[in-house]
Amino acid sequence: MHNITVKVCMGTGGIAAGGDEVLAAFNREIAAAGIAASVGKKCSAHQVGCRGLCAKDVLVDVIINDSKVTYIHVKPEMVSRIVKEHIIENIPVAEFVAGDDYHNFHNKQFKVVLSDCGSIDPEDIESYIAVGGYTAAQKVLGSMSPEETTDLIKKSGLRGRGGAGFPTGTKWEIASKQTSEKKFLICNADEGDPGAFMDRSVIEGNPHAVIEGMIIGAYAIGADKGYVYIRAEYPLAVERLKKALDDARGRNFLGKSIMGSGFNFDILVKLGAGAFVCGEETALIASIEGQRGMPRAKPPFPVYQGLWGKPTVINNVETLANVPYIVRKGPEWFASFGTEKSKGTKVFALTGKIKNSGLIEVPMGIPLRQIIYDIGGGIEGDRRFKAVQTGGPSGGCIPADLLDTAVDFESLAKVGSIVGSGGMVVLDETDCMVNIAKFFLEFTRGESCGKCVPCRIGTKRLLEILERITKGEGRPGDIALLEDMSVDIKMASLCGLGQTAPNPVLSTIKYFRHEYEAHINDKKCPAGVCRDLLTYQVISEACKGCGACLRACPAKAITGDKKQPHVIDPSVCIRCGACFDVCKFKAVKKE
Amino acid sequence: MAKIKIDGIDTTVAEGMTVLEAARNIGVRIPALCQHPKLTPFGGCRLCLVEIKGFPRPVTSCTTPVSDGMEIVTTSPTIERLRRTVLELILSDHPNDCMICEQAGACTLQELAYEYGLRENRFAGERRVYEKKDGNPFIERDLEKCILCGRCVKVCDEVQGVEAIDFGYRGFDSKIVTSFEDDLNCEFCGQCVSVCPTGALTGKQWAKHGRQMGVKETDSICSYCGTGCTITYHVKNNDIVRVTSKEDTLNEGWLCVKGRFGYKFVSSPDRLKHPLIKKDGEFREATWDEALDLIADRLKKIKREDGPDAIAGLSSARCTNEENYAFQKFIRAAVGTNNVDHCARL
Repeated sequence: MHNITVKVCMGTGGIAAGGDEVLAAFNREIAAAGIAASVGKKCSAHQVGCRGLCAKDVLVDVIINDSKVTYIHVKPEMVSRIVKEHIIENIPVAEFVAGDDYHNFHNKQFKVVLSDCGSIDPEDIESYIAVGGYTAAQKVLGSMSPEETTDLIKKSGLRGRGGAGFPTGTKWEIASKQTSEKKFLICNADEGDPGAFMDRSVIEGNPHAVIEGMIIGAYAIGADKGYVYIRAEYPLAVERLKKALDDARGRNFLGKSIMGSGFNFDILVKLGAGAFVCGEETALIASIEGQRGMPRAKPPFPVYQGLWGKPTVINNVETLANVPYIVRKGPEWFASFGTEKSKGTKVFALTGKIKNSGLIEVPMGIPLRQIIYDIGGGIEGDRRFKAVQTGGPSGGCIPADLLDTAVDFESLAKVGSIVGSGGMVVLDETDCMVNIAKFFLEFTRGESCGKCVPCRIGTKRLLEILERITKGEGRPGDIALLEDMSVDIKMASLCGLGQTAPNPVLSTIKYFRHEYEAHINDKKCPAGVCRDLLTYQVISEACKGCGACLRACPAKAITGDKKQPHVIDPSVCIRCGACFDVCKFKAVKKE
Repeated sequence: MAKIKIDGIDTTVAEGMTVLEAARNIGVRIPALCQHPKLTPFGGCRLCLVEIKGFPRPVTSCTTPVSDGMEIVTTSPTIERLRRTVLELILSDHPNDCMICEQAGACTLQELAYEYGLRENRFAGERRVYEKKDGNPFIERDLEKCILCGRCVKVCDEVQGVEAIDFGYRGFDSKIVTSFEDDLNCEFCGQCVSVCPTGALTGKQWAKHGRQMGVKETDSICSYCGTGCTITYHVKNNDIVRVTSKEDTLNEGWLCVKGRFGYKFVSSPDRLKHPLIKKDGEFREATWDEALDLIADRLKKIKREDGPDAIAGLSSARCTNEENYAFQKFIRAAVGTNNVDHCARL
């Protein structure tokens, strides 16, 4: 008799690609084929969380007696063949099966936080328990003191995954030593970096690991109440988290005297209203308290005076999701990955001009090159790599000649970027670095809370200067001005947002100064991105006079008789690029 | 107590005091716009940045409590550069119309711009433009001049307990707003006006009556109620320009709408300057002796003919406690009735 399991990726990416229709198709086809009748409960199809390689969704694993075959780009209409040929006749459908790039994507990864993501059903607590879930909490609550728990995390070398990399065990230790009748543990799930989706995927794929990590953390610091501060823009994560909390309460993993230990702890979900700055811990606390999400000066740090003035530990989703695995497998095991100062693994959202975009988990210290070429499969369209932007709006761009930089807290800081929460945006030769800096400044300018002057007005002024440069109105001295004000804004701002907002400007100037100079001095955009700086010209030798560009031009800037070389009038041209896109003979030159 | 060093000067201050307070205590001046001694620290203007040994970056002295052994530097080339940049950023989003600003001469921002010699602005760019004028009767809110220091929000909340205004919107678009951005509809105590460091909040009736230069300040006591707040009349050309109150007074510088804005009666042509006695339906001026004799005669007559309970006395909240005591004594003991009350019993 066979054991048959079908796992359909239904993270946000999987659902967007049609995961729920695929799962429905499997259930329908399996029932129709009478498999359920013959093998009974041993055949099941269920949802799983994010598998990482979102670019190839919907991903489906068909597991028959421990032999796993992965299908990519699965559509509902492909399901009947998979069921008939693979499940019934035991011959995998070769043309749908994932190829080498899928396996290469996984080979260099090492999964701790994501080890059960994409394998268990996130909406089924039994599924988590079956892979050892909640045994860590049981061990800690049943046989360890809070001090022993804190020591264990300290020994593992776990550092905060939210960006700053503060040692988690030390934070817990400080909180545990505060004498207060009330303490709080907050899970920061206000992930807001553009292009980052690590925390969302962890909560969508394995919410119980976060809850278990919170139980352990709360026990270590002596908190009886926890909050998950999560973006309202993450509806699926919120839904799965709430279900997981209900199920955990049902099993007495939360509530009064958890698992008979005498330790009380429960978790509330607080939805963020969309402000990026609420990921900053003091603003997050203000938001939970019902105030405007504005940071305040530290000290006092929240671990001394946090929510409602009480000692409060704020840990990121990924940090907390690491905790149960560290407890189960031991701190030495965790510390065996990574570098001397950055232990363990880190989840990154690999996006941009990369072939295999998706969610990855790698040991700290892995060279960037391996992430981009081995895991990511290289640049889309095999174009030339230009830079990788790490750390989101607080991070920086790392150029090609620094591709061997190790990915850990110290090494990335040394080259002017940060690990941050884990965004990794790959840029290629078609990306203009001034434009990239402008993109991030547009973001931070809009997300500044407005409390302190350097961030409120400074980001606006930085953006204005970048805008004029990309419009061809850059002035001599603009680069120096950008550098000067960036340094001052970083030093004078109140919170992490303003203190890091100029980083994309500084790092692009540092490594791509020539692009700035080309914009300002030559009024040219080398990457051909900044519209106001482009000129389109017909190469008369190559032009066949087909008239395609003439018809495509919305501004009627192109003239020319049939079968005669056409001409673009630059004074009428609006630089939309329609002629460039439509010409089959590469006769339109863009500069 | 904490032993600290500020700009090389050793001093001992109470724990819990902020670095800014400690510096001011020994006469070291640190510029600030959002800080106000009577309000909780905000830390938004970033002008009071100082360097503290062992701290990785400059910190705002208004929010940082002192601790034993702290070594503080309040001015250095880096600190001055940062202050200059911050001021320049503020001024890049400010109308710079000091020539016609009500606050000129009494404006902290103007003073700082003068001190740092800022005229050209490296950052000149888009300015916030607000066309809507607030229709309330007392307080001119020129939000283009607002530097979002938050003092008005704090005084309204922490001192007055009214919470009529708060921060709205985000980033460069931030602005101090009323509920639903309606016209201000509060008690109009004007505390916000008194703490505003720029010309963003002024008294509507101050307009064009005279700026601070050449104003004669005269301390007085507010005559509106028995509290007796100390007020300061600002007088120019024999005209009261505005009323303020100093911080070291019994009322700690705070006033209400009447004390702050209700001063026009002083120069009102309708104001009574002599007793008037009505004869044949017409009022005519009288001396105090005439008037008091008349009142005494009449009261005696009523008491004699109709008994003391035919008389009632109504006193005023504008009198002092002592005056009110004397008045009720007069009604009870001299007139002989308990018919005595007070206008504040509403």
